[in-house]
Amino acid sequence: MKIKKNFIAATMLAGATTVLSFLSAGSAQAQGALVMYCGVQEEWCRAMTTAFERETGIKVSMTRKSSGEIYAQVKAEGANPRADIWWGGTGDPHMQAAEEGLTVEYTSPKNAELQDWAIRQWEQSKNRTIGIYSGALGFGYNTDLIKSKGVAEPKCWADLLNVKFKDEVQMADPNSSGTAYTLLATIVQLMGEEKGFEYLKALHKNVNQYTKSGAAPAKAMALGETTIGIAFMHDIVTMLVDKAPIKVVAPCEGTGYEIGSMSIIKGAKNMDSAKKFYDWALTPAAQKLGADAKSYQVPSNKATPVPPEAPKLSEIKLINFDFAKYGSSDERKRLLSKWDNEVKNLPK
Amino acid sequence: MSRATRGWIILGWIGFAILPWYGFESAATPALGDYLFGGSGLMLGLKGAWWLLPILVPLLMTLRPAAARATGAHSQWLVGAGILGLALIVLQGFTIGLNGWTSEVLRGLFGSPGPRQAGMGYGAALTATALLILLCHGLAARGWCRGDAFVTSSIGIVIALIAVFVFFPVSTILASAFGDDRGAFAPAQFMVKFLDRSVWGLDCLVGDLRCGVAWNTLFLGILVAFGTTALGLAFALIATRTSFRYKKLLRIMSVLPIITPPFVIGLALILLFGRSGSASALLYDWFGVPRSRWIYGLPGVFIAQLLAFTPIAFLVLIGVVQGISPSLEEASQTLRAKSWTTFVLVTLPLMRPGLANAFLLGFVESLADFGNPLVLGGNFEVLSTKIFFAVVGAQQDQGRAAVLSIILLAFTLGAFWLQHAWLGKKVYTTVTGKGDSGIPLPLPRRVALASYLTAIPWALFTVLIYAIILIGGFVRSMGRDYTPTLEHYITAFRIERSDWGIYFSGSAWNSFFATVKVAALSAPLTAAIGILTAYLLTRQRFQGQRLFEFGTLLSFAIPGTVVGVSYILAFNVPPIEITGTGFILVMCFVFRNMPVGVRSGIATLSQIDKSLDEASLTLGARSWTTMRRVVLPLLRPAIVASLVYSFVRAMTAVSAVIFLVTAEYNMATAYIVGRVEAGEFGLAIAYSTVLIVVMLIAITMIQLVVGERRLGRRSAHANAPALAVQALP
Repeated sequence: MKIKKNFIAATMLAGATTVLSFLSAGSAQAQGALVMYCGVQEEWCRAMTTAFERETGIKVSMTRKSSGEIYAQVKAEGANPRADIWWGGTGDPHMQAAEEGLTVEYTSPKNAELQDWAIRQWEQSKNRTIGIYSGALGFGYNTDLIKSKGVAEPKCWADLLNVKFKDEVQMADPNSSGTAYTLLATIVQLMGEEKGFEYLKALHKNVNQYTKSGAAPAKAMALGETTIGIAFMHDIVTMLVDKAPIKVVAPCEGTGYEIGSMSIIKGAKNMDSAKKFYDWALTPAAQKLGADAKSYQVPSNKATPVPPEAPKLSEIKLINFDFAKYGSSDERKRLLSKWDNEVKNLPK
Repeated sequence: MSRATRGWIILGWIGFAILPWYGFESAATPALGDYLFGGSGLMLGLKGAWWLLPILVPLLMTLRPAAARATGAHSQWLVGAGILGLALIVLQGFTIGLNGWTSEVLRGLFGSPGPRQAGMGYGAALTATALLILLCHGLAARGWCRGDAFVTSSIGIVIALIAVFVFFPVSTILASAFGDDRGAFAPAQFMVKFLDRSVWGLDCLVGDLRCGVAWNTLFLGILVAFGTTALGLAFALIATRTSFRYKKLLRIMSVLPIITPPFVIGLALILLFGRSGSASALLYDWFGVPRSRWIYGLPGVFIAQLLAFTPIAFLVLIGVVQGISPSLEEASQTLRAKSWTTFVLVTLPLMRPGLANAFLLGFVESLADFGNPLVLGGNFEVLSTKIFFAVVGAQQDQGRAAVLSIILLAFTLGAFWLQHAWLGKKVYTTVTGKGDSGIPLPLPRRVALASYLTAIPWALFTVLIYAIILIGGFVRSMGRDYTPTLEHYITAFRIERSDWGIYFSGSAWNSFFATVKVAALSAPLTAAIGILTAYLLTRQRFQGQRLFEFGTLLSFAIPGTVVGVSYILAFNVPPIEITGTGFILVMCFVFRNMPVGVRSGIATLSQIDKSLDEASLTLGARSWTTMRRVVLPLLRPAIVASLVYSFVRAMTAVSAVIFLVTAEYNMATAYIVGRVEAGEFGLAIAYSTVLIVVMLIAITMIQLVVGERRLGRRSAHANAPALAVQALP
């Protein structure tokens, strides 16, 4: 009996200490704290966190997730927000969150220093999200594989339809990846809806796999699993810097781009810190950190030096991407279900 | 009135009158006064939180039987107090939220915004628990479960936990299956999404179009379940019934895959069999087999899942195979049956509960698996990935995710039902208290041969995969650049010596410590709840038992992503506000992994003769004592299985935790996924290798602490005298 009682007491004590130590939430709320959801690469997120902490003394709790995951989480937490700022990640989910009122309006004193595209993003979202970097869509090819095939190097979107590339092109599935949705919207804007879908149907014959994640084709190409991969050019550059035998191509017809964005969460518990971070993140000093962390997007502050490895936006023919139209949930649903029905389910 | 009951009455009062009723904001620094009296439900109630005062009524009601002398007197007061108290706590918790009334109706009736309150704290938790247990004690006193308070309390606690941590979150998300984007009720939407061609299409039978994702999932699940059960059985037979020399090695190797973080097996398979993989290169150079992308799709996912889930089948089956009594086999032999006949007609049928449970687990695991289809799926889509991307992908359609989850759930429950039907009402008891001194039969030759032929090549294949993983961490870039380097380990696990001591500056330490902590906490809890549930399900008879069993399976059947999102939806707002804490991670793991404890517990318990329990009860031991001294020691294999499984799962699960991690409680897998996304396979593999080593150490420790079950069976080598079953404490 005695053993039993000791046992119960020990169990209860252990349980109590567990609960005590674990019931304390990680999201700090005192002055000088900031909870950040970060949508870019871990290294870059970390660099931003430490630099901001050093600069302001504000303690940052950073969690890295993909931008789709952050959107899902911010939406789920809508009734009692946990995060203060959402920094980075492709613009679509930011726009979606702005549309649903999950983020708040803010006008930063730094707005005057920004590129036009960053401000356009801000205006289109009714001041709720702002551009912090941008990257153009393109494709790359594995030089070893293309040599062994003896095909001319592709330069344009149209070259990807070459019958010799049958089962050699990889792109992401626009249903799951923002990158591939940008491609879908780009092709539609570049060629018109009807012609664009004709193109995608023809491309379907050459696609070996629709990957889930947007950067996966770049990786598969670097490993030699596919000859051509369609992805954001900066993702391909990251592989290039890692000494993969690949080459980046800015398609000759012109191409679309993403605007990596930043938003303040509605109901943020550390609103002041969030605004401080927002202003700081738009300065050249903060935006420089991307290149150091092997992320070669083009920064949005005009004064930030563009990393030499970054694809030069000035040399790329960019289309006039209509983020308001193609970012709206209705248009997106329509295009995606059309792609599902007319392209994805086609026989090869 | 028993002392335990009186104790719980006191605890109920302490929770209400002394401990803080609400949880503290994380940044607040509560003084001692806030812990004692100041923030208690009673004080707050008197100071204006009028909705807390009615809880006094049930607490006062409990005093009536406490004053009575006779045991069991006035038990109806306890029952009444328990029901009323729990109802009041739930009612006030769900009607008054952070921002006032929670429903429009109440706001209309009583004005907006109404009273506000934060999430429940220690006091509320303690009072609610006390009221629940008092209710169970009251019911026991009224003759439920033969008046056994331990049994009624256990049932009550398990039901309450499952209701709070499984039914409540899951129902919040499944409700969204019947809503449109704005949350309005729209059943038509459900039908549209449910009957979609991408789910049920059968185009692949007639043309080279794709089949619906539901058929893909089902087909893969059945294939994997058969494969893992067969391989698991082969391993289990070799490990228990043969004199194979490298048994120990085989055992370790068969366990390796479950302690491997997700993505890693898939990655290794790509590095081996991908178009540029090393095995493909060899095949091309030597035999001219053209390099192809065959690994992407059903074959790749199938192989990866076989590698990953065979160990689970093995862990379930080894307990069962060990438990089969040699006496029955000896009887069969004495009756001149050949060893093959004995195996087919006696041994195999006795393994049925194990086989059925292994099959069920293989099937359910395959359905819920997310990492392997993600890496290797190619154009072969399954429900789990489709659900994940319905939530986080470009469509952001939570309703669709919920509909797909319902389909997944239906498959799992269907498998569960089939398993029950197959096992039927037969008896599989082989561990009895009677002298049982037979020697396990050696396997018939063809069975042994078949086992060796399946298990050994498979084990070699596993070794190959792990060689790749091990090497991957030590070279610059696997598949491209084989320069040896320690760079990955240094980046992740650097330790610096600074002026004030050792500083863990590697980028992985943070998530590593959090993961070990959460895993170490959730494993014993999972095992305890799992085994307790298994005991209740097999040894006790009560109403609604089937429903109870179904509830324990539910969280396992639901894909991790859905569980993750549902936990945020349910636990981010009062009354239970625990997002952002380590506690929510622990609870998530406990209830996701509990079914394995339950399943292996049931499989083992159904072999142990009830007369052993009865003997103990007849000798005057109570059910708690019986459980501790008789049942638990016999359950050691099941305890090891569930401890190991839950520890490992807490370290390797991805999809459920991706929404629950915070800066403070970042999990290793979330970190690894990030590295894989960034293309840093070397770092991901290096971190995984470290996790594998940690898990190996943990498993060894678990096995040492729990110990082996001693069944008093002789082996053919040892000529020790026959021992009776010893139920050692």
